[in-house]
Amino acid sequence: MKQYKKTRAVDDISFAIAKGSITGLLGGNGAGKTTTIAMIMGLVLPTSGRVAVLGHPMPAEASSVLGRMNFESPYVDMPMRLTVRQNLTVFGRLYAVEDLRARIDELAHDLDLVEFLDRANGKLSAGQKTRVALAKALINRPELLLLDEPTASLDPDTADWVREHLETYRRTNAATILLASHNMLEVERLCDRVIILKRGRIEEDDSPARIMARYSRDTLEEVFLDVARGRAQNDALRAPVSQEALSQEVMP
Amino acid sequence: MSELALHQGLSLNRIGAMILRYWYLLRSSWPRLLELMYWPVLQVITWGFLQTYIAQNANFFLRAGGTLIGAVILWDILFRGQLGFSISFLEEMWARNLGNLMMSPLKPIEFLLALMAMSLIRLAIGVIPMALLALVFFQFNFFGLGLPLIAFFCNLIFTSWAVGIFVSGLVLRQGLGAESIVWTLMFALMPLACVYYPVQVLPHWLQIVSWSLPPTYVFEGMRSLLIDHTFRADLMVQAFAINVVLLVASFAAFLALLKSARRHGSLLAGGE
Repeated sequence: MKQYKKTRAVDDISFAIAKGSITGLLGGNGAGKTTTIAMIMGLVLPTSGRVAVLGHPMPAEASSVLGRMNFESPYVDMPMRLTVRQNLTVFGRLYAVEDLRARIDELAHDLDLVEFLDRANGKLSAGQKTRVALAKALINRPELLLLDEPTASLDPDTADWVREHLETYRRTNAATILLASHNMLEVERLCDRVIILKRGRIEEDDSPARIMARYSRDTLEEVFLDVARGRAQNDALRAPVSQEALSQEVMP
Repeated sequence: MSELALHQGLSLNRIGAMILRYWYLLRSSWPRLLELMYWPVLQVITWGFLQTYIAQNANFFLRAGGTLIGAVILWDILFRGQLGFSISFLEEMWARNLGNLMMSPLKPIEFLLALMAMSLIRLAIGVIPMALLALVFFQFNFFGLGLPLIAFFCNLIFTSWAVGIFVSGLVLRQGLGAESIVWTLMFALMPLACVYYPVQVLPHWLQIVSWSLPPTYVFEGMRSLLIDHTFRADLMVQAFAINVVLLVASFAAFLALLKSARRHGSLLAGGE
């Protein structure tokens, strides 16, 4: 639980994320997604309760896990005056990445950064900055990747390409990804499991297919609107999960 | 596990990475480099001319060995040392990069050590031209103070770091709304540190406060060296002892403020 003065940002939530899975964190503005991710990262201390990452309590044993995880968030930026290569060099050294030059070249190739590696970060477009931030998030080949709106400000083509990259990264590295997003199609495509937050509490926690089936909806966006507008509390709208719906469930 | 445990196992590589980060920044911005030299040069010119005027018209004590210009340069070491530390820290706030650093394996103590190293680099860029200017224009050889200069320098830089650490903790906790403290706090110490006049000038009760500040010992020591040609090692030892206490206290305050920032979510906000 996290209480800011009179506001309860996160209220009595509890979940564990399976290794190698992609979990989506959904919710409207102020639902508690960022606070939840910040507590997992150790940037915010819970008022009560505990957070453990890769088996280590946070932030007490942060030094044991921070090198094995990474994140990308619109709430932080990379230094604007440094070039992309300089930024990645600094963070690569902070994360003690071996053969850093080769790793930067690899990421530049994978994320299509080659042509502006030596350009100042401040001179990049919003989409390019997002890709650089993603490169920083992947620099240490994290076992746990926390992403807050990873495809925001990307054109549909690049966003699709980033999603594909994330899927490949998860598959090839057996990485665990926690993803906060407002893009329901993205969540449907990427996530094995979805946690929907509302006013700091967990409203739903299941696979996308099961949740859609429970609400008798065809898309997560419709479910999201049901939850946001309080229609989820009306049991009449809920339908039992059908076998057909279950067969569509995304398997890890 | 205690907060202190987070600081075990220092990594020179991570400290080096942070120094590299600030070096890239300095190198890429000529206004930043110019600013490092601009104020020290302006200071030494202004006070140098004042000293020249006083020396031509005043008594022995004011003529003695460039006490004014020496005080200006030593004050600048104290002030610029703290600014060099704090501005590097503020660069992270301005760049909204603090979250990236706090989420990385960089430990708070490594971060602070990198800031200390940067304060030395920035100080060198600012103070060396200043001292050379004093030599060329006013025939005051700052480096001629000899070995005592090392004691003066160390004590001043330790105080500047202690203030820098504390102020950075405040900015971490309060956000950029507390930025003005970075620029002003050291000036609050100026009258008490007796930069340009002896401690005896102060009322007795204020002298007690003054003697609790390490820079007071340094400026008294400098006057003793320039006027009486005596190096007061006792003053330097006392200043060093107080500095140790200040550094430990400021580090403890930084950790407490960091914990408070985590509790209040200030690391995410970062702004005003």
